[in-house]
Amino acid sequence: MDRASSNLVELRGLKVAFDGVRVLHGIDLNVGRGEAVGLVGESGCGKSVTWLAALGLLPGKASVTGSVRLDGQELVGGPREVYEQVRGGRIAMIFQDPSSSLNPVLRIGRQIVEALSLHRGLRGDPARREALRLLDMVGIPDARRRFDLYPHEFSGGQCQRLMIAMALAGEPDLLIADEPTTALDATIQAQILDLLIQLRAETGMATVFISHDLGAVSQVCERVCVMYAGRIVEEGSVAQLFSEPRHPYTRGLFDAIPRIDGPRHRLIPIPGTVPNPRHLPEGCSFSPRCFRAVEACRSERPALETSADGRQLACLRPVPANEPVERRTRVIEDMLQ
Amino acid sequence: MIRFVAVRLLRALVTIFAVVTFAFVVLRMSGDPAQVMLGPDVPQEAVDAFRRSWGLDQPLWVQYLAYVKSIFTGDFGVSMRDKASALDLVLQRVPATLQLTLPALLLKLVLGIPAGVYAALHRQSFADRGVILLAVLGFTIPSFVMGLLLVLIFAVILGVLPSGGQDTWVHGILPTITMSIGGIGILARFSRSAMIEVMGQPYIRTASAKGLKWPDVVWNHALPNAAVPIVTIVGFMVGSLIAGAVVVESIFSWPGIGRLLIVSVGNRDLAVVQCILLIIAATMVVSNLVVDLLYGWLDPRLRSNAAH
Repeated sequence: MDRASSNLVELRGLKVAFDGVRVLHGIDLNVGRGEAVGLVGESGCGKSVTWLAALGLLPGKASVTGSVRLDGQELVGGPREVYEQVRGGRIAMIFQDPSSSLNPVLRIGRQIVEALSLHRGLRGDPARREALRLLDMVGIPDARRRFDLYPHEFSGGQCQRLMIAMALAGEPDLLIADEPTTALDATIQAQILDLLIQLRAETGMATVFISHDLGAVSQVCERVCVMYAGRIVEEGSVAQLFSEPRHPYTRGLFDAIPRIDGPRHRLIPIPGTVPNPRHLPEGCSFSPRCFRAVEACRSERPALETSADGRQLACLRPVPANEPVERRTRVIEDMLQ
Repeated sequence: MIRFVAVRLLRALVTIFAVVTFAFVVLRMSGDPAQVMLGPDVPQEAVDAFRRSWGLDQPLWVQYLAYVKSIFTGDFGVSMRDKASALDLVLQRVPATLQLTLPALLLKLVLGIPAGVYAALHRQSFADRGVILLAVLGFTIPSFVMGLLLVLIFAVILGVLPSGGQDTWVHGILPTITMSIGGIGILARFSRSAMIEVMGQPYIRTASAKGLKWPDVVWNHALPNAAVPIVTIVGFMVGSLIAGAVVVESIFSWPGIGRLLIVSVGNRDLAVVQCILLIIAATMVVSNLVVDLLYGWLDPRLRSNAAH
């Protein structure tokens, strides 16, 4: 068996355009069995679109090209039935806003049983028993009594637990968690992260964790992909990226996080905003905001290449290893003036 | 729940009372029944005698108090023209009106809602644009124009359907169609926009992400949510089952409540007009109440709000 087929999911050159405007410019990404991969980047960089496209969940006006293989089976361009079997059964997905992701007029028990009957053929009492077991597993207290309640009778954190229970119902090989904690407050965030980590350990399912919270990503994942303006700009192990971010964008993301340990210093924002996909800058999309950009960066787009240490990097002038923060601060303050 | 219904019922009674009062005052301010009933060249003594016998010589507030009192005893007055019980006269006409409005309501429901839902699910398609165009035409063309147009085409030019009267069920076809077209358009528009709104909600994406087949997503997850705004409109339509036929009944000489209302207003037949308005107000109010109760049944969030 060749190396490629050991991956659970392989994205190759995945491109997405809405009404002719390209928002995803060819994503190559592997997810191994049982692996936890993080996808980070600012809002609008294509993290969610990548996986919505992979599951065929984008609206009809989106055009999706490239390849998405699950255990070697091609999904893109396939019939609806193929996607319907994959969704929930092989790859489950949970979303950012748990309270509005559950159907408000259906009892939560019914929504979970629905997934059980779809993917495991359970009905009636066995389905109810299994749903209660799942609710118990995700930490919904007093599940038996609350089985027939509606989503609005649960808190946001509990709704996310319900979403996770529903995702587990199909015993998927991969769980896509699309910013699962963004809408929740800090203590609840930590609980949901712990739950995701614990469930992965118990079930062995792979996880794709989409987030702009680098701290959360480091807790959940082994490998991280950093995305910017519809492309992967850096990819490597959590240890590599966290100890030595090489892409200036990755570096910028770290500098923008407040730290509770070490000496106090000012947070360094990344100047500017994510470019509009209609008017992407020439060359490297990040060059207008980049503190290391040179003339070549504005005309030439760097390809994603494997570096000596095994990480993937798309940058003409990567951050040198162990560059001190202070130097960066000065450069950025110059840029902002 | 009981408290909820009780409050609504009380409000309903206030509404009906306001309608009755308004009708009572306006009818008496806007013309003299004695003049209309007896004609212009009648001696003053006859007019005075008429007024005395119907109590019209009393001050307005005395008449009003007497009227309200009689309503509470179930007496809706006597028609000045037919000298018969106003309530009986009105109730005799109800079946004729329902013969038109009930089939029309059915047509609105079975054509309007599916057309709107289909258009929403095939947005920007040829069918969607077609539905929008027909819907706008349907509810912008006034029913008297539509009625005359249909008479022209089917009765005058083609000669396949009668242009008026109530002899057989065939006579009901044109008025029923005339009455339903606007409602079909309105329901199609509302169902379409309700459905488009719901289909964009995150829980619909969740239902798809779960692996549900497309028809199940639409039937089990989208339609129950889209039902709330649709039910609102249908409620209005049910409320106007009695009142909605005034124009169409006149065009097609259909002896229903609408025609009785027009004739009675012309004659200043006070008791009959007041009785019709009372019944119209009551049906409106009752259907509104039913809609409110349906909301709670359709959307559990509203149910718990009402309970608090």
